[in-house]
Amino acid sequence: MKKNDNQAYDEFIKGIWRDNPVFVQVLGMCPMLAVTNSAINALAMGMATFFVLVGSSFLVSSFRQWIPKQVRISCFIIIIATFVTVADYTLLALVPKVHKELGAFIPLIVANCMILGRQEAFASRYPARLAVFDAMGMAGGFLLALFSLGAIREILGDGALFGVNLFGENFEPWIIMILPPGGFLTLGVILLFFNWFKFKKDEFLAEVAEAERSGR
Amino acid sequence: MNAGANQEAQAPGPLRLILTLAIAGLISGIAIIAIYESTLPTITANKARELREAVFKVLPGVSRMQQLVFRNGELIAAELMQKGEQAVYGGYDQQGEFVGYAIPGAGPGFQDTIGLLYGYTPEQQQVVGMEVLESRETPGLGDKIYKDEEFVGSFSALSIVPEIIAVKKGDKSQPNEIDAITGATISSKAVVRIINETHVEWSERLPPPGSEPPLVESDSPGAGN
Repeated sequence: MKKNDNQAYDEFIKGIWRDNPVFVQVLGMCPMLAVTNSAINALAMGMATFFVLVGSSFLVSSFRQWIPKQVRISCFIIIIATFVTVADYTLLALVPKVHKELGAFIPLIVANCMILGRQEAFASRYPARLAVFDAMGMAGGFLLALFSLGAIREILGDGALFGVNLFGENFEPWIIMILPPGGFLTLGVILLFFNWFKFKKDEFLAEVAEAERSGR
Repeated sequence: MNAGANQEAQAPGPLRLILTLAIAGLISGIAIIAIYESTLPTITANKARELREAVFKVLPGVSRMQQLVFRNGELIAAELMQKGEQAVYGGYDQQGEFVGYAIPGAGPGFQDTIGLLYGYTPEQQQVVGMEVLESRETPGLGDKIYKDEEFVGSFSALSIVPEIIAVKKGDKSQPNEIDAITGATISSKAVVRIINETHVEWSERLPPPGSEPPLVESDSPGAGN
């Protein structure tokens, strides 16, 4: 049981940080760049994706014995598309304004390669409990990435966060940040930071190993 | 024959595959119908409320509204539209006196179609209000056509004779001129163009001032609001 818990925790945390779907695997770039022009849009998109990924991972994993492998991709897509439709109508009924801003990108969650990738690589091979943890980790990592990009772009490009003005009248918004190029710039800088961090960490580990060897 | 039987043993038969997909599709279909049916009333109510709020916003002083459909060459009060027909909304005050029309229009903006509603008083031939219903204009720039209160507010007592003209900010001198938004010239000009084009299209359909269709009590969705 203890080992099980560790594994579940590990599946969860790998999506948030080590194998982050955006910053490490560089998946789901289309919504990543398109709807992160404000924090609220990014958050709504992230939550819709979270719902779809966790729901479909659970179903795919629960029914994995009954799905013949010849038609597995079609079955995954049917399951994902159903969850996307549910998310689409729920958003339209509850928060019509946000739904209007996200527009075509909600139905396009179906085509998010991160979601299909998780079904094929994980949910269809592991028990439901682990699959749900894996999905929560991956979707959580995706949500964090979307939100950080959306928040950075809204703060720099509009001087506001969640529509609340942060800097007062004298702030001249850096408009390029909420236009499409801003998405590429911000993502590039974050990826740079991630890789620099990884590089430093590897260097540090190598140094420690070196010191241990020479000390002996 | 033998080879076929061998393959059969390795792979599930076509019937099984068809059945799996059919069941998956069936369950998915039922789920989608359920969510569609359960959210439809909220969605329709949201849309109706949005429209009614927009009508009251673009026609100041209006407390009741009804849909007016252009049918067989005249404008009549009707709740339902037939295919190919177009409608405007008539706004009436507390006493049921006609105030003005709220006319929907749409046209290309900077990125996608802009859909809007504007208030028009035929007697003064003025645009008295404008509300953007849908747009995909650039956030932070083009979306000022509905976020910039100065721009939205300038659509009041705006003469539409012969047509509205968008001028550079601060150059407004005539009653039919309006200040375009700095940094969103294309979007603000698109709004003006949509109103002008919609006005040309509707001006010959609207009855002469004074003979507007009267308020039909049972037909007015805004009554008692």
